[in-house]
Amino acid sequence: MKEAEKMEKSSKKKGNFRKGKEEKLIVESDGGWWWLIHRGITASFLSIALFSLLVRVAVSLHPYSGAGNPPKYGDFEAQRHWMEITLNLPIKDWYRNSTVNDLRYWGLDYPPLTAYQSYVHGLFLRFFSPESVALFASRGHESYLGKLLMRWTVLSSDALVFFPAVLYFVLVYYAGQNPSRRRGDIAWHIAIILLNPCLILIDHGHFQYNCISLGLTVGAIASVLSDKDLVACVLYSLALNHKQMSAYFAPAFFSHLLGKCLRRRYPVLEVLKLGIVVLGTFIVVWWPYVHSTEDFLGVLSRLAPFERGIFEDYVANFWCTTSVLVKWKRLFPTQSLKLISLGATVSTFLPSMIQQIWAPSKPGFLYGLLNSAFSFYLFSFQVHEKSILLPLLPASLLAMEEPTLYTWMTLYALFSMFPLLHRDKLVLPYLALSALFFLLNHVPNGRQATRDTSALRSSVTTVSVLCSVVLHVVYLSMHPPARYPFLFEALIMLVCFTHFVFLTLYANAKQWMLLKDSNLVDKEKKLL
Amino acid sequence: MEAQTAPKLQNPPKSRNPITELWWFFAISACVKLLLIPAYKSTDFEVHRHWLGITHSLPLSQWYSDETSIWTLDYPPFFAYFERFLSVFANLIDPQIVHLQKGLNYSSNTVLYFQRISVILSDLCLLYGVFRLTRNSDSMKQKMIWVLVIWSPMLVIVDHLHFQYNGFLLGILLISLSCLEEGRDLMGGFIFAVLLCFKHLFAVAAPVYFVYLLRHYCWKGLVRGFWRLSVLGTVVVAVFALAYAPFVYHGQMQQVIHRMFPFGRGLCHAYWAPNFWVFYIILDKVLAFLLGRLGFNIQAPAASFTGGLVGDSSPFAVLPQVTPATTFILVLISLTPCLIKAWRHPRPSLITRWVAYAYTCGFMFGWHVHEKASLHFVIPLAIVAVQSLDNARHYFLISIVSCYSLFPLLYEAQEYPIKVLLLLLHSTLMWLGFSAQFANGIALETANSGKKKDDDFQSKRRSVGAAQKGGFVIGWVHWSYLVSMLLVEIWGQFLHPIIFGDKLPFIPLMLISTYCGIGVMYSFIWQLKWILDS
Repeated sequence: MKEAEKMEKSSKKKGNFRKGKEEKLIVESDGGWWWLIHRGITASFLSIALFSLLVRVAVSLHPYSGAGNPPKYGDFEAQRHWMEITLNLPIKDWYRNSTVNDLRYWGLDYPPLTAYQSYVHGLFLRFFSPESVALFASRGHESYLGKLLMRWTVLSSDALVFFPAVLYFVLVYYAGQNPSRRRGDIAWHIAIILLNPCLILIDHGHFQYNCISLGLTVGAIASVLSDKDLVACVLYSLALNHKQMSAYFAPAFFSHLLGKCLRRRYPVLEVLKLGIVVLGTFIVVWWPYVHSTEDFLGVLSRLAPFERGIFEDYVANFWCTTSVLVKWKRLFPTQSLKLISLGATVSTFLPSMIQQIWAPSKPGFLYGLLNSAFSFYLFSFQVHEKSILLPLLPASLLAMEEPTLYTWMTLYALFSMFPLLHRDKLVLPYLALSALFFLLNHVPNGRQATRDTSALRSSVTTVSVLCSVVLHVVYLSMHPPARYPFLFEALIMLVCFTHFVFLTLYANAKQWMLLKDSNLVDKEKKLL
Repeated sequence: MEAQTAPKLQNPPKSRNPITELWWFFAISACVKLLLIPAYKSTDFEVHRHWLGITHSLPLSQWYSDETSIWTLDYPPFFAYFERFLSVFANLIDPQIVHLQKGLNYSSNTVLYFQRISVILSDLCLLYGVFRLTRNSDSMKQKMIWVLVIWSPMLVIVDHLHFQYNGFLLGILLISLSCLEEGRDLMGGFIFAVLLCFKHLFAVAAPVYFVYLLRHYCWKGLVRGFWRLSVLGTVVVAVFALAYAPFVYHGQMQQVIHRMFPFGRGLCHAYWAPNFWVFYIILDKVLAFLLGRLGFNIQAPAASFTGGLVGDSSPFAVLPQVTPATTFILVLISLTPCLIKAWRHPRPSLITRWVAYAYTCGFMFGWHVHEKASLHFVIPLAIVAVQSLDNARHYFLISIVSCYSLFPLLYEAQEYPIKVLLLLLHSTLMWLGFSAQFANGIALETANSGKKKDDDFQSKRRSVGAAQKGGFVIGWVHWSYLVSMLLVEIWGQFLHPIIFGDKLPFIPLMLISTYCGIGVMYSFIWQLKWILDS
């Protein structure tokens, strides 16, 4: 008996010893950041989330789009106007032109979930500052309190939707991984997702609610990764119903889930289940409008602004960049442009879709999201410069696998929005957040970046970075020649477009290469 | 335990380069500070802008006598020279900033960016001080100190929102302390003299410096000692001469001193700093109330504390009047135990603690103390905090409390989330850092005890003891005290306006002062006890 006890004791001691040694090994291999994640992912997520919130609040001190710029102001006024409309009109009239709802003045053109969100936020605003959402009288309302309350609605949406979704994603993504992995890396990944400079600048600087639709999408992605496909369908449908732009991800979700269903026992039944869930979610969200066809079509027509033309302003996509050489708008009527752009989009996301239907895999799904969003951004009809946020999201989720891709993409996504942010007087936060992003990418002793230092690559990097820095300086300090007032914008667009094309080609290739890797693994298994 | 773990952690991976890491910490905080540029700024912003104007537009002889604005120059000469130095650049950027009349209440973007960025850059001094103090510590301690000092929420609130140059001045203090810790006493004394010529409020620690330098530097036999004393004296006098000689030459000395020591200001600031006098005032009120009930004839004081500035008449109904001399004597008395310790065993490793204690005494009992002065002891205490578990626990409490005591500085709605997030972030980082630091010590301790094969029973008991005692656990008294902060805040922000409306606006502030006063009092006693026990 005593012998046994002694044995147990000594084995315990050895266990302790080993544990201590492991601890020490981790301390050493982890460089400086193990302490941040020492209490588990959730605790370190908390601290990083607090920091990210602080950054967001600080950015929200700066001006919003269209501040003090009548008569139409900007996105800030649009969102405020939607609160005013949803708060004061019956639900059926929200999307309908009437004497009190002039659709030409920032008419509601997002799906119903955005309208509901505006209603809830409108209630919040009305409680503290009724004059900021009064019908008609509040048009162009600008005040200290009004700005503050509006900013707080975005902050709370971010904290309540995007942040939990990211936590869910990180927990799922690293659940199956080897625990001895460098723990600081996980903290880094959380930080890089939460401190995405583009998202912060657009939501908390320019003023939009992308955090909600993107948060719902991240939630859906995490559900897919944890094999809760029905939850994923609900969340993704909600994202679609908050911003129609979420459709950029539709091919990836569709193909991955279809591919998964095909490998089950009753594929048709599985697909049916998912379809019913999606349909159910849609019906619930659209409930006030599904009673009459007229209402339904009325809302639907508001969501598809085809009359606006194939692109607006300067966006780094195919149509806008090539229009320097080919005047698309003059050559083709809008109707055929629609078809052409649809064809181009479909043909560019098709390869990634086929890959996922053929061999659905979790990493492949993330690449698929990136590729389908990219093809929409580059080729679809009516793209904004802000839409780069959508391809950027899956890239940030992939940051651990593809750090270089993510860095490049973020830098050029930022750059492509520079003219817009400059107009919004957000240059200071632009610079500060770029610096913050750079610092996060160069944490001393953080990640051991496996840097490829081939001469060709480093010279290409130098040239490209130098180019963009020079363009920044030129844009800020010089006036363009009178004959080409938008020369600098066009140049920025050209640089960004080139980079995006290379990035999407690379991402597509990576997605197909996964197939090769998994085949190799399968073969090895067979051999064993 | 400390001694055992320290060498273990000192063989870091080869890539480690503390200087890059330090810069990284600084750069992160600089990014956040840049983002905060458009936030609220207090009248101190205009004060410092006006000083740029005075020092740039007027000859030196009029710096301390000018009355163009109510914001007269009331810092010692080196700070005036510093403003003169800044004004050169300000003049290059926008001459209106330094114009004596046209610059009054100037609020363009240029002045905003110039002044805000000047504070951010002057923090480089703090960076250097921290670097000097931590360059020989192990990696974990270093990082904790950087988190506590470079990312200090209090400095962000006071310097980068409210607007002052404390980071720069505290940097000088830290450089001086690092010299003393390294044994370079003369240099340390010299830098401290320089600091006094930047801001005279730092003089509270002068007795500690004096005693320590006398014993540690000069007490080396009669001849050598006397020689050293005269060298030290010469250095200090030279520094002061450099600062004040121009003003003596212009016959301005009296005016300078008059400006630097405005004793007409009263015992407490409009918002009471959380110190001993809060309790004194409250006791007076309670006594007046009770005695009044008992039938004594209590005359209401002519001046009231809640009304803001206080004149010469006694604001107390029952308790004796407090004069600047009283506060001075009280500060000296509370300093005595520390001075005696410093006299008996002048140990370089304890000097930071003593200086922090001296500033705590000054804060506790001083005349017209600002809540911002708590920075003077919280920042040096950060260096002490990483030394042991007890110190860390104490620091956890005092830094949260003194950060909370700064909340009334930022009273506008826009900055509310900022100050709350700063405090929460700071607490979370402290909690993560301290718990990792001390839990890790225990793990290594267990590993070491495993090596000793013979006395396994004993070692096991020790490791169990360490695990029970250990990690970073805070007692329930501390916890409930910290949690009750939430109640104070909820009362002040929500319940009070709902219940009382605009009436009795001083009650929430009084509550905060009292609440934080308890914490500072605790810290004062804790530090005193530690010094007595050491």
